[in-house]
Amino acid sequence: MALTREQMAQRVARELQDGFYVNLGIGIPTLVANYIPDGIDVMLQSENGLLGMGRFPTEEEVDPDMINAGKQTVTARPGAAIFSSAESFAMIRGGHVDLTVLGAFEVDQEGNIASWMVPGKLIKGMGGAMDLVAGAENIICTMTHASKHGESKLLEKCNLPLTGAGCINRVLTDLAYLEIKDGAFILKERAPGVSVEEIVEKTAGKLIVPDHVPEMTFDE
Amino acid sequence: MAGFDKRVASYEEAMEGIESGMTVLAGGFGLCGIPENLIAEIKRRGVKDLTVVSNNCGVDGFGLGLLLEDRQISKIFASYVGENALFEQQMLNNEIEVVLTPQGTLAEKMRAGGAGIPAFYTATGYGTPIGEGKEERVFDGRHYILEEAIKGDFAIVKGWKADRYGNVMYRHTAQNFNPMVATAGKITVVEVEEIVEPGELEPSQIHTPGIYVDRIIQSTFEKRIEKRTVRS
Repeated sequence: MALTREQMAQRVARELQDGFYVNLGIGIPTLVANYIPDGIDVMLQSENGLLGMGRFPTEEEVDPDMINAGKQTVTARPGAAIFSSAESFAMIRGGHVDLTVLGAFEVDQEGNIASWMVPGKLIKGMGGAMDLVAGAENIICTMTHASKHGESKLLEKCNLPLTGAGCINRVLTDLAYLEIKDGAFILKERAPGVSVEEIVEKTAGKLIVPDHVPEMTFDE
Repeated sequence: MAGFDKRVASYEEAMEGIESGMTVLAGGFGLCGIPENLIAEIKRRGVKDLTVVSNNCGVDGFGLGLLLEDRQISKIFASYVGENALFEQQMLNNEIEVVLTPQGTLAEKMRAGGAGIPAFYTATGYGTPIGEGKEERVFDGRHYILEEAIKGDFAIVKGWKADRYGNVMYRHTAQNFNPMVATAGKITVVEVEEIVEPGELEPSQIHTPGIYVDRIIQSTFEKRIEKRTVRS
């Protein structure tokens, strides 16, 4: 079975380490905040200028001056810091954020990512995505492995205009967890009940399959 | 009182000198921390052919979205647009030129503009359509593109508190682009919720020192929320 969005978030959350500063993109990455393992502390960075994003507010706590990068009302946790956009992107571009999680339309075996525009469709902009992928050492891309029509999104070379070049080293899809190294995808784990054959079939880029590919496990 | 007193009495006075064809830098992220009354004054004046530099372009009927109604903006530098139907329509009709700019690059362009730095190298956008046609250089084995600074004829800013000398503090995430915008205008206008006496603001807590600020006005704000999200 392909992973659900919640399972994808759970799997990404296992990559969090105690003391990490983390930027979570919109969509599945946002859900990762719900699965931070017990006993570890992470600080969430929101690129509009908040380090230490807290929970959504109660009705009484709603404050129009307190939003996240998705423009949702939010709170600051104890120990949070608030700063300007330039300061925020200094953190991001300066490589101070320990982990960035973001979605993508396509990634390729060279670590290129396309996530911000589809030619011919309405283009709304890249927001902070280009800064995030250029600045972070440690990025996890979350995406579906193939389109609804079965076309692979893990490619030899991205077709869509890039968000960043040679910057992605880990990908979690609904079928598999992979690393990108030396011009190839390396299959590290597969979703429960998903065969290596299915992953091979749905990966258009160069794929290295180790002898043993463990199956992910999830509680409940 | 003149000297360092930056206060003006009306919005008409606050935006005195704005003309068609000018470049206006605006603070704010989404609808958070936008200079909503200064934008409304630009609408009232009807100046056209403006180049606007702002992370976003408001929503239908509010914020910078107001300036779309009478087609006052001919060009915009932004990182994310299309939160409003009118904008999409004008973009598709080529009535408005959109220069999509990565958010960090946009912030840095204005920071550099205000700091006398004409351009800077950044890895952001290298190898993407944003880097096309821009000078490239390699430092320490990494590729960078040259991005030029942005300055404006007017900078419009939303602060929280200011003193009459133009020292400004921002509130929570309403800070966002405002401090950079404030540095990069030939004329910088700040609207705030409260003007206090000099000495009341703790000097080390001031975000925008008064040297950057030309005009200050106190007002009230609607502070519309774009995505009200609460926990149950």
